[in-house]
Amino acid sequence: MGIEEKLPSGVLLTTVERLVNWSRKSSTWGATFGLACCAIEMMAAGAPHYDLGRWGMEVFRASPRQADLMIVAGRVSQKMAPVLRQIYDQMSEPKWVLSMGVCASSGGMFNNYAIVQGVDHVVPVDMYLPGCPPRPEMLIDAILKLREKILYQPLGAGGRRMLEARAAAGKLPAVAPGAMPSSYRSDKAKRVEWEQAVKEGREEQLRIEKWMEAQRHLQGGGRW
Amino acid sequence: MGAVTDSVKGFGVTFSHLFRKVVTTDYPFEQPKTAPRYHGRHILNRHPDGLEKCIGCELCAWACPADAIYVQGGDNTDEQRFSPGERYASVYQINYARCIFCGLCIEACPTRSLTMSNEYELARDNRRDLIFTKEQLLAPLLPGMEHPPHPMRLGDSEKDYYVGALTNPGTSAGAERAPWSQQHTADGSGSAGELS
Repeated sequence: MGIEEKLPSGVLLTTVERLVNWSRKSSTWGATFGLACCAIEMMAAGAPHYDLGRWGMEVFRASPRQADLMIVAGRVSQKMAPVLRQIYDQMSEPKWVLSMGVCASSGGMFNNYAIVQGVDHVVPVDMYLPGCPPRPEMLIDAILKLREKILYQPLGAGGRRMLEARAAAGKLPAVAPGAMPSSYRSDKAKRVEWEQAVKEGREEQLRIEKWMEAQRHLQGGGRW
Repeated sequence: MGAVTDSVKGFGVTFSHLFRKVVTTDYPFEQPKTAPRYHGRHILNRHPDGLEKCIGCELCAWACPADAIYVQGGDNTDEQRFSPGERYASVYQINYARCIFCGLCIEACPTRSLTMSNEYELARDNRRDLIFTKEQLLAPLLPGMEHPPHPMRLGDSEKDYYVGALTNPGTSAGAERAPWSQQHTADGSGSAGELS
């Protein structure tokens, strides 16, 4: 992405990689790209009730030069697409894109000539967030997943080679970075359960099970 | 005089906020309760014996305003039975990159096969993972359930399943047989598995 591309491989060790990634993932400032109703939820996530400031990113930069993360919040029309690309190009490396809401992710219910069918036609997207619009927790969840992805991303060509070697040796963790729901990741017991479920290929069933256990109306023979 | 007190008054307002209760939710560590009918991730329910409730009628796919649901029906035979009745869904997919969580599919479902949970942590890093297949959407097998295909256990025809369905719970994932439903009977009368 920058100077590390020019360094010979093997110079940057995993710990350095982790240190750099740690500094990158902390306090990713967002570029404001609110295009529709998702932007309201994005603003709510920045406001005190949800407080993105807990991860040092309550500040949304209007200038792309100071931003690391572009949250595309809302449907991108064909006319807006070149603007979006220009803002993305003006952001300095390293930079990430979070496509918030179904319209940005795939066009959503607007399958028509006016809307770009997924913002990944225009810019590379690092995290897709469904929902119409997603609630602020969903945005926070997506941001936390993205932060985890940043933490484990390979650094430069050497890092990519090392990652490929690890993958070939089968030493990658069962759960890919950024695949575990945040409420499971932040709870140690639930995290172990999820990892076990992924190994058995039943993580979605685990999620339904956990939800059903918490439902009061499913207890006592299914009556309130 | 007034100018001095007024300028101090402003700081007083700021200072008093120090002693107010914090309104920030502690989201990833403590999940806030959603509204009970919050539209979240879908569940494909099962009958209490494990057969699928979905009959592959595609009404959900027709109702979907975003074309997020894809259903392919298949024929049940006596050897290969997945649901009571003639047909089942051999392929069932919901594309969460399109789904707007409006709940029209739930309203359209004639067998209450498709319901919604309150789960919302769905973000993924590629579009392929956002397409949930039938294996991911189906409710887990609870104690007393048998993995389909198997013959109808709760009656001779599909009518026995549907007539009894009125006493089924709303999110009828066969949850009346679940271990956690046995422990907390609210009034003592709610015995498990009234259907059978």
